[in-house]
Amino acid sequence: MPAVSKGDGMRGLAVFISDIRNCKSKEAEIKRINKELANIRSKFKGDKALDGYSKKKYVCKLLFIFLLGHDIDFGHMEAVNLLSSNRYTEKQIGYLFISVLVNSNSELIRLINNAIKNDLASRNPTFMGLALHCIANVGSREMAEAFAGEIPKILVAGDTMDSVKQSAALCLLRLYRTSPDLVPMGDWTSRVVHLLNDQHLGVVTAATSLITTLAQKNPEEFKTSVSLAVSRLSRIVTSASTDLQDYTYYFVPAPWLSVKLLRLLQCYPPPEDPAVRGRLTECLETILNKAQEPPKSKKVQHSNAKNAVLFEAISLIIHHDSEPNLLVRACNQLGQFLQHRETNLRYLALESMCTLASSEFSHEAVKTHIETVINALKTERDVSVRQRAVDLLYAMCDRSNAQQIVAEMLNYLETADYSIREEIVLKVAILAEKYAVDYTWYVDTILNLIRIAGDYVSEEVWYRVIQIVINRDDVQGYAAKTVFEALQAPACHENLVKVGGYILGEFGNLIAGDPRSSPLIQFNLLHSKFHLCSVPTRALLLSTYIKFVNLFPEIKTTIQDVLRSDSQLKNADVELQQRAVEYLRLSTIASTDILATVLEEMPPFPERESSILAKLKKKKGPGTVTDLEEIKKERSSDMNGSAEPASVNASVVSTPSPSADLLGLGAAPVTNSAPPPSSSGSLLVDVFSDSASAVAPLAPGSDDNFARFVCKNNGVLFENQLLQIGLKSEFRQNLGRMFIFYGNKTSTQFLNFTPTVICSDDLQSSLNLQTKPVDPTVDGGAQVQQVVNIECVSDFMEAPILNIQFRYGGTFQNLSVKLPITLNKFFQPTEMSSQDFFQRWKQLSNPKQEVQNIFKAKHPMDAEITKAKIIGFGSALLEEVDPNPANFVGAGIIHTKTTQIGCLLRLEPNLQAQMYRLTLRTSKEAVSQRLCELLSEQF
Amino acid sequence: MIHFILLFSRQGKLRLQKWYTTLPDKEKKKIIREIIQIILSRNQKTSSFVDWKDLKLVYKRYASLYFCCAIEDQDNELLTLEVVHRYVELLDRYFGNVCELDIIFNFEKAYFILDEFIIGGEVQETSKKTAVKAIEDSDMLQETVEEYMNKPAF
Repeated sequence: MPAVSKGDGMRGLAVFISDIRNCKSKEAEIKRINKELANIRSKFKGDKALDGYSKKKYVCKLLFIFLLGHDIDFGHMEAVNLLSSNRYTEKQIGYLFISVLVNSNSELIRLINNAIKNDLASRNPTFMGLALHCIANVGSREMAEAFAGEIPKILVAGDTMDSVKQSAALCLLRLYRTSPDLVPMGDWTSRVVHLLNDQHLGVVTAATSLITTLAQKNPEEFKTSVSLAVSRLSRIVTSASTDLQDYTYYFVPAPWLSVKLLRLLQCYPPPEDPAVRGRLTECLETILNKAQEPPKSKKVQHSNAKNAVLFEAISLIIHHDSEPNLLVRACNQLGQFLQHRETNLRYLALESMCTLASSEFSHEAVKTHIETVINALKTERDVSVRQRAVDLLYAMCDRSNAQQIVAEMLNYLETADYSIREEIVLKVAILAEKYAVDYTWYVDTILNLIRIAGDYVSEEVWYRVIQIVINRDDVQGYAAKTVFEALQAPACHENLVKVGGYILGEFGNLIAGDPRSSPLIQFNLLHSKFHLCSVPTRALLLSTYIKFVNLFPEIKTTIQDVLRSDSQLKNADVELQQRAVEYLRLSTIASTDILATVLEEMPPFPERESSILAKLKKKKGPGTVTDLEEIKKERSSDMNGSAEPASVNASVVSTPSPSADLLGLGAAPVTNSAPPPSSSGSLLVDVFSDSASAVAPLAPGSDDNFARFVCKNNGVLFENQLLQIGLKSEFRQNLGRMFIFYGNKTSTQFLNFTPTVICSDDLQSSLNLQTKPVDPTVDGGAQVQQVVNIECVSDFMEAPILNIQFRYGGTFQNLSVKLPITLNKFFQPTEMSSQDFFQRWKQLSNPKQEVQNIFKAKHPMDAEITKAKIIGFGSALLEEVDPNPANFVGAGIIHTKTTQIGCLLRLEPNLQAQMYRLTLRTSKEAVSQRLCELLSEQF
Repeated sequence: MIHFILLFSRQGKLRLQKWYTTLPDKEKKKIIREIIQIILSRNQKTSSFVDWKDLKLVYKRYASLYFCCAIEDQDNELLTLEVVHRYVELLDRYFGNVCELDIIFNFEKAYFILDEFIIGGEVQETSKKTAVKAIEDSDMLQETVEEYMNKPAF
């Protein structure tokens, strides 16, 4: 029997619950329940009308059965009947049943809505409360249709009781969340804002939740709530702990309301009115100060409530990101919490610091805690906390600490929980790529990743390492050597075989000179892994073999023997069989020249957003990967096409998906390399007749085009089947003007044609761009022009993104290209004598002023072309200055609105090695860096 | 906003479920199973927060009962712990030294008390006095033990 029965207890219910609890087995329980269901059914069907009490009791039993996890298919009508009872407890059970067992039976909904309507009109606050609770609990669209117009009236009516106002506010909030279109804004909104001034703190608490959600969607409409919220907050934080009576919670004045007000303020930028702003800053300072005061109680409730307000205040400070003083104080406070004995506080401090790390004001302050965070990674017993530590390390990583952080993450990976391994792998891969100064370090890191956690290395990660190795010729030899060594391990992960196979297939020749890694040894090493691998990997290895035929003619027969063996030619897997047949045929029929063309080294991959980053974002959901640079990237993440899949494959995206790049090797060499001589074309088509059409022709990537514009101002920036974008630009001092021409290459109109120039936050402060919108319709064959006025305020690194969206036929097109506005455009050439040049050269000898790059020539090394490029770059070309006549030197001044930066450059070609050494010296490190990057790409 | 609140015993028996978002019953059952399993498998002395899908679970154990709320990423974790505590206080005030059995046998009251405190996943009334008064108003028709015992047993 129950220990307690309060109020209008139901004995029959208590007996039933006892019976259920006494059941020894699941079967006994089901038996007892079925008996009860039969009993209730007969009572409901019986001819004797049931009294209210019995009805209530049976409905309550049904509810209990449902909550045990059993289905209930009757009793709804009896519950609806209870709604119109005059006895509160009966009505209450009726509403509870309806709330828990929503049924979209239309007949019933009408009856329920009717009962609710009556109760809302009853002016009895307890009945009104029940009706509002029910609407909020069900929250269906039907309910919104019926009541969304009525509730705002109840909320702002002068004679509504406080408790009803509270319920009405939150009920409306629920309806707004499920069906915002059914809750129209109107006169009531301004009156709702004034509820922030209400005398009853319960009303203010409920109203603040409603206003916060409404303000997120309609910021203009609720702008006045900012000053009201600030003054309310200020009154709370300055009140003595007893002032607010029952709203003081363990000596903390109104913590719920404080947190909600701080949340509301996070919907807006810092207040413009200096008085309001000052008052808010005072509030935030008071909250930070209170954190340092001794606690008023030892109870955990006291510290939780107090710190809840503190953390919310810190969130607001981070959101505003405008008061360096507050940001640094917040960081110090969180630093204290990092070592707190309460696990919860350590967890939250790590989490909060993660967002703080992305503010330029506090990034450095956050970095000072690196040792503590690394320690947390090693010693925390709770996986949730360690996960936060990983997040924070990721967020605080920059060039200065990348090596340390990546090493620690790799260390941790060896023992990390399975649930978070994949995420750590992605993070390590991203950091290693982003902050690689030395790409050999990058290659080592990724191979380590595969060694430690091969199963968690997703395809994106190993695709990426290959893209990078292909695109950076300075690391190819090292990569080949390293994978060769890694493959020596008796048991290596299949992902390593993939990477190794691919890289050796492309660059095995770079290490073939060493007798320890001769062609045959390389081949035997790879082939020793072949039989242990899955089909896709074996397919990749077959492609490696055919590439070896081209790289190492001396082992051609060995490879042909392998391809010819029954296990290949008669393989049960059709893909493997096809590759073996075709490759064998290709190696037999084709001449050396054709082989060399078909199996040429892969061309560089077009630069694009790292697919790993995209994956991490997808995994974590948007908004959780908080990093300044990623936020920027996110804005331009349409680079590879739109969200609407229809257009992705159609025509906009000029690059095949990574899997096509890498695994479709069988077809890729044909389409990616220069077309073979026409005489042999038909033969090739025969050989590859099945697979040649599988991959769309590869249009030049936008980055290649971008590089082309560094030294020139006019030309075609982008072109696909639909659209051509041409540029014409002129620059003088720190100003410039660019004409963009959009040509519709089709015979169909483009609709909603919207080009947008997007600058990241960083870029916005250093580059002023003004554009006028263009006509949204572009007729077939027509060209429209857009002018961009440019002002360089200070030196900058990135380029703006030009995003173009339009409708063509039925499909939505969305593409982005980098707009070639680069720092060197603001160069003014300076002529000077040899003596002057070397004197200034010496003056700029501080290591931070000099940036040097040694790189392999990508184009034929022609002195005249080089000269033209240096002049096109914007600097003066100084003849007879360098004692070595083969070298090139240049000088110029970069003009920005704020300063002028003198720049000297020297380019030393080495014809024998086909290498260049480029040295930039300027008074500003970032400028040297950027100019060196830009110019290095040109030769 | 709180997406749902679950109360369950150390043995994994669900004692109360309150949903502030609309989900099919099947989905709810799946979630309940999954979450009970996650929370029960956590050691003591760990934090009270667990990432779960795109939500965050905030939980605390009181005697034999676990209270678990699922909140959104930007919601305040510490204050959610105090939402749980305030709810326990309200139950305590109403039942007088509440125990798991009270919630089993008077589950409907536990729901009513929760409704007075939280609507649509947001805290409505944080004053203990006001919330409890609302519930006690509904119990004005107190009955004597004899009246109770005279009611039919089923």
